[in-house]
Amino acid sequence: MSEPTPPPPPPPSAMDSVAGVGSSALRSLIMPSLALVTALVIGALIIAFSDVDNLPLLFDDPGAALAAMGSEIVAAYRALWIGAVGSVYAVSETLFAATPLILASLGVALGFRAGLFNIGAQGQMLVGAMFAVWAGIYLDLPTPIHVLLAIAAGIVGGMVWGGIAGLLKARTGAHEVITTIMFNFIALYLVQWLLSIPLFQEAGRNNPVSTAIEPTARLGPIFGSTYRVTIGFLIAIAAVFFVHWLLYRSSWGFEFRAIGLNPQAGAYAGMGVATSVTLAMAIAGGLAGIAGANQVMGLAPYKATTALAGSVGFDAITVALLGRSHPFGVLWAALLFGALKAGGRQMQGAAQIPLDLVVVLQALIVIFVAAPALVRAMYRMKGPSEKPAQMTKGWGS
Amino acid sequence: MTATATEATAEAPVLTRATPEARRATIIGFVLLGLAVLVFWVFGLGSESGASSTFNLSLPQDTFQGLSWAFPARTVAMVIAFVLAALGVQRIRRTRLRWTNAILGAGLALFVVAFLGWAAAGSSFSLVGMLRSTVIASIVITLGALTGLMCERAGVVNIGIEGQLLTAAFVATILSSAFGTLAGVAGAMLVGGLLGLLLAWLAIRFQVDQIIAGVVINILALGLTSFLASRVLSEAQDLNAPARISSIRVPLLADIPVLGPMFFDHTFFIYVTLILVVVLHFALFRTRWGLRARAVGEHPKAADTLGIDVFRVRYRNVVLGGLIAGFGGAFLALAQIARFEENMTGGIGFIGLAALIFGRWMPFGCLAAGLVFGFSGALAQKVAILGTGIPSEFMLMLPYLATVIVVAGVVGRARAPAADGQPYVKD
Repeated sequence: MSEPTPPPPPPPSAMDSVAGVGSSALRSLIMPSLALVTALVIGALIIAFSDVDNLPLLFDDPGAALAAMGSEIVAAYRALWIGAVGSVYAVSETLFAATPLILASLGVALGFRAGLFNIGAQGQMLVGAMFAVWAGIYLDLPTPIHVLLAIAAGIVGGMVWGGIAGLLKARTGAHEVITTIMFNFIALYLVQWLLSIPLFQEAGRNNPVSTAIEPTARLGPIFGSTYRVTIGFLIAIAAVFFVHWLLYRSSWGFEFRAIGLNPQAGAYAGMGVATSVTLAMAIAGGLAGIAGANQVMGLAPYKATTALAGSVGFDAITVALLGRSHPFGVLWAALLFGALKAGGRQMQGAAQIPLDLVVVLQALIVIFVAAPALVRAMYRMKGPSEKPAQMTKGWGS
Repeated sequence: MTATATEATAEAPVLTRATPEARRATIIGFVLLGLAVLVFWVFGLGSESGASSTFNLSLPQDTFQGLSWAFPARTVAMVIAFVLAALGVQRIRRTRLRWTNAILGAGLALFVVAFLGWAAAGSSFSLVGMLRSTVIASIVITLGALTGLMCERAGVVNIGIEGQLLTAAFVATILSSAFGTLAGVAGAMLVGGLLGLLLAWLAIRFQVDQIIAGVVINILALGLTSFLASRVLSEAQDLNAPARISSIRVPLLADIPVLGPMFFDHTFFIYVTLILVVVLHFALFRTRWGLRARAVGEHPKAADTLGIDVFRVRYRNVVLGGLIAGFGGAFLALAQIARFEENMTGGIGFIGLAALIFGRWMPFGCLAAGLVFGFSGALAQKVAILGTGIPSEFMLMLPYLATVIVVAGVVGRARAPAADGQPYVKD
């Protein structure tokens, strides 16, 4: 019986040469780029097939219908591009939209590194924001100190909210995915209640809106009052470096990562798994807390509402995934999603394409990034498929 | 903790092995005592002596009119406080460890009665109305929980229930407006199943983390339905006007006081849901299909060794779960408000997930949890109307708090299927 001869290797395609030989930095960009392009293509199809005016025309005069749809897609993506990076103002809007995303996503990414799936950024943002609002209304201090204290209060609020979930995980084994989802809703109702009591509610209101924070506690603009980017963006950049230092240069971060890879091994090596889990969730919450504080301190009219977190807490999960849970990856991913958000507003205004398309694009990007094999199959890419990210252990065991 | 353990040993040596259970009984005993004090202090001493509360037990459309139950709020609260205290002491003494959860449930029910008596002191309110809205509110929660049950019993975590409900509600609205109710319900179930297929495909074929896949489905559903709602439905208003599904009165049964209006005067969704709970319980624990599904959820490798196609079972269960979610979405859109609104689910899929966990991955547990959570929602509305000074937000928090308490194992631990959330890789 002769040895079966291995089949001859398939001729390398252009894609393979880029994927196989390029530098690792370039290689790590291929998947996200393909994901983005594919998402945009599907987005274009969605725009075309939701075009109620031209769809019926497709049967009578396909040429004209397709041309009309094509021009609509071009107009939409053109507006998206212009709104994201087309002018200095557009770039500033992108940075403005990216600010809370960077902060909240860093929290989610930190959790991933420690083997924790933190779905609770939304709730941590809300609680952090309320702490910051309290400091912003009731403390009477000069500007830089007041701002710093309000942000510190936001960190404390987020740390408490995230830390409870971490503590429950460490002490009772309650799965953080379940508890953080539940804590999101508990936080929402808690904030709704807080905004209806005199401590926070603006006088004369009967809907849940807080009093505006003192001008001394507001985050000032970086580039003058024309642009909405505030010092919050600089704080977010600082947080990127802080998380990088924490994860890759500090002993805590080493423990987080070790436990994230294998908690049993970490425990065997003498690491305090329970402490690390609690601490990681608390720090993650603290980062989301700054994001929450930013939503009140860096944005007119400087009042808290139940909608202050918007969808940032959930977008943060997608950003952390796209950024592969690395601080700098998160920064780029948050800038991309910030650009989509800023561009989406322009697209809505100039091309009458609803902003929600951006949400669809984000979801599609993350599907493709999370399932690299899917993208490889689509583009007929060969080569070893990287292992898809398994973030959670499931809550069965 | 150590004190409890030694105490237990001193009383009965057999209990040493049951220490966690004994500890739980003690905790619940103290909870009951705390409730007793609260009832005595706030609801007993807090109600005016002599003020009577009236619970109306019939609705305007009922066969038997004018049924009501009036009672002196203070006396009833005092009696309930006494009973709660007795139950608490009995639990702490732990002469018998069984029935702890049943006793806790009964204690909480008594607490709610005392609370309602206090809240309605000097006036009356429609108890049946509240119980009826409890049942209605519980339907989507139960269906969401059953969706999760189908998936998780086979080892696939489904966080995307919310997205399935929302998309199904959207599709139900459009198809029902265009082609009638039947098309609406069928289309909703189909799209729920398709999203289930997407989840299963990502989770099984590509081994995407199941929680990520679920989160993405939620985001996709929210984005897509909102996009289409503002781009299509705002242009074509007649596509957002489905016929509202009317109630079917079950003959005779609907005439029973209290139970009639609660359970037997509803849209067909509710009857189907109740039947589905029974069928699923039977199917899961008495049929070959159920045994296989559970085997795949508990130990896929063993199931595979015995010749069960793990992937096929998972695909099938997740898609079937999606059909249930689609049915729930149709209920939301066609029986509740009869139009689609952006993000109209507003987190009810997550309450469904909570109900699955609270109901301990059992069909009847899902139904019971759905009713309990539906009740807390109905109670929140009533409390806001009665003006008790208790913020309704705290009532709305209860389902989520209860779920955290259950997963933390304070009052009994909920145990998920062992392979829940883990991708199966064939060797």
